[in-house]
Amino acid sequence: MGSVGAKEVPVLLSPEGLRIDGRKLDELRPIRIRAGPLHQADGSAFVEWGANKVMAAVYGPREVHPRHLQQNNKAVIQCRYNMAAFSVDERKRPGLDRRSQEISKVIAEAFESVVFAEEYPRTSIDVYIEVLQANAGTRCAGLVAASVALADAGIPMADLLPAVAVGKIDGKIALDLKKEEDNFGEADLPMALVPQSGRLVLLQMEGHMTPEELSRSLDLGVAGCKVIYEKMKQALRDRYATTELPGGSA
Amino acid sequence: MSGEVASELRTTHVLDLAASGKRLDGRALDEYRAVSIEPGFIATADGSALVRLGDTVVAAGVKLELGKPFPDTPNAGVLTTNAELVPLSSPTFEPGPPQPGAIEVSRVVDRAIRAAETIDLARLCVTPGEKTWVCYVDLHVLDHSGNLIDAAMLAGVSALAHAVVPAKRFGVAEADYALAVGHLPIECTFVRLGDAIVVDPTFDEEQAAQGRLTIATDELGRVVAMQKGLVGAFSPDDVRSMVSRALAHGDRLRAAARGGPA
Repeated sequence: MGSVGAKEVPVLLSPEGLRIDGRKLDELRPIRIRAGPLHQADGSAFVEWGANKVMAAVYGPREVHPRHLQQNNKAVIQCRYNMAAFSVDERKRPGLDRRSQEISKVIAEAFESVVFAEEYPRTSIDVYIEVLQANAGTRCAGLVAASVALADAGIPMADLLPAVAVGKIDGKIALDLKKEEDNFGEADLPMALVPQSGRLVLLQMEGHMTPEELSRSLDLGVAGCKVIYEKMKQALRDRYATTELPGGSA
Repeated sequence: MSGEVASELRTTHVLDLAASGKRLDGRALDEYRAVSIEPGFIATADGSALVRLGDTVVAAGVKLELGKPFPDTPNAGVLTTNAELVPLSSPTFEPGPPQPGAIEVSRVVDRAIRAAETIDLARLCVTPGEKTWVCYVDLHVLDHSGNLIDAAMLAGVSALAHAVVPAKRFGVAEADYALAVGHLPIECTFVRLGDAIVVDPTFDEEQAAQGRLTIATDELGRVVAMQKGLVGAFSPDDVRSMVSRALAHGDRLRAAARGGPA
């Protein structure tokens, strides 16, 4: 932030235990998911999650570029997580920085765990995530959008991947941090769940938590993922409730 | 590949239709697709707009930051236009450094904004030679269904028309104020399909096109920029006819960009 002047640490929890936007500690921000908003992509989804706005598109299975990444026994899953220059307060230089590359990698690996890639040898399934407006939790919002986009593209998978971050603010474990909580919080723990198996395929952590806090965070995150899972399924039901063909006007 | 065969068949079909005055989506040759503009779509930007031109979608975000003026123009602010043709928006875009197509979109839009004097650069300057506002116009193509230049231009000027200078946040004034915006240039793009010249081409029409011409006009009825693209040629009479059509479309689209009905 630098030039804009350091801001004071805001009060993150009220005496009543409510957060700056009035949420309880175990409460998610409002989430809206729309499946299939794009016309060129084989599958797409738009997620508005709190003040996050994230678009995802899936292309494939298609030819692998660059060719040397091709695998003879399965499809490769390539992911590109990118933030628009105007998605954050201080303009971000366009293009993939190291953070974006790391997030792209862990998201691709999460999907490799659930997509039946062996059904499409020598192809690529390309997952593109564009963060248009960021307010903490963009990798989880991106993952949720990409997961719905994969389903919208008709890619066979073991399950959808709901994702959410748990953090720590004023010493308390809290679900789904927003930007101020993330900036001034004490920990951030994003995760993605395979609901059918109860296993986590994305898990990162930054900050400090006791083992007991970490354990509670995992439970809280899994519970949050289950709520998001229902919203993801509903978005797909809404998309295909009509007889409209994919790629038609949305 | 099957994709190429399909597109060759479609190209033939697009040209056949145009020869009888018809288009794939049922539009008349001089009919523009429906335009919708959603200003303020991005809360993290100082000005923004989401533009839908038929199935083409472009998001524009304006950011204003304090920087140094260029040494050769110490009294002028800085304007930077950048277009991202992200691979999310089309099966033909690949990840990597900006492709010529993206560079063309950003430069054509940038040229029109400068030529129309949409932004008075002198008013962006805070302290000559030392401090000025740097105005970034970032254009993010989300769905490429043809005619990116017009959609990007509309998104860019709509975002500028609704931009607020964050003067308070940067500590150079007591309050934020609306960015002073003069003329709004509007691009209008045509392609040749055989003997026909159609406005606002779709993706399929661009694939079939034998020449493309983009004409930017302002509200005074002036042409402020032009760009010929693709392989093909236009006669001077073709150009004259397109200019008058561009002016008519421009008036309607400009009202939409300012915030009125499309």
